[in-house]
Amino acid sequence: MRINLASAFVDDQEKALRFYTDILGFEKKTDVPAGEHRWLTVVSPEDRDGVELLLEPDAHPAARPFKEALVADGVPYTSFAVTDTRSEYERLQAAGVRFVQDPVEMGPVVAAVFDDTCGNLIQIASMVQPDGGASQSGERVG
Amino acid sequence: MRIIETVGGDEMFRALSDPTRRTILDELADRDDQTLFEICTRLITRHGLGSTRQAISQHLEVLEAAGLIRSRREGRYKFHSIQREPLRHLADRWLDGKEH
Repeated sequence: MRINLASAFVDDQEKALRFYTDILGFEKKTDVPAGEHRWLTVVSPEDRDGVELLLEPDAHPAARPFKEALVADGVPYTSFAVTDTRSEYERLQAAGVRFVQDPVEMGPVVAAVFDDTCGNLIQIASMVQPDGGASQSGERVG
Repeated sequence: MRIIETVGGDEMFRALSDPTRRTILDELADRDDQTLFEICTRLITRHGLGSTRQAISQHLEVLEAAGLIRSRREGRYKFHSIQREPLRHLADRWLDGKEH
């Protein structure tokens, strides 16, 4: 058994696809009709055979109150690994992304939190010392 | 000046009597305008304080009631910021040498 999929509840799949590809830089992997919605996943170009992120409709009545409560408290829905949080922060901010937490050192990682425009906050994190052991994605670096 | 009394001096000194609440103020002084998540994560990773989110939320309410922080909603987000003005007058009654 292995983990091949993670998901984020999004308010609009097409808008989410644009944000996660055009702005964040992921690539579309799967896009097939699924009832009134789509089975829509993206992957990182750094790991095309890796974990896919499912951009899942938040149509279930429980999904939106859940998302809103997390956003109000600044809680990220999930976290992505980056090489350098501060440079990624600069790049995304220049692209118009709204950060609710600027980069800050939190123990072994530097983390920042942004709004994915689809109702979620997302964390990006990198190791304080790039060769300091396991990265956030679990791969060994250095 | 009787600022301390008028803004609730007891509440302010009580709010400051708790080490976790003082640490929250330390972190807000380091960077203002933080979400609850950022405050909680800073307490855990920088100070080893494993308080629950609910406990931190209550600490923030005490600090806000004492006028030491302010919480504001900005769209769907909520940010907490330190209020320095009451702190500036904290020791006036003893330092300015005037009778009150």
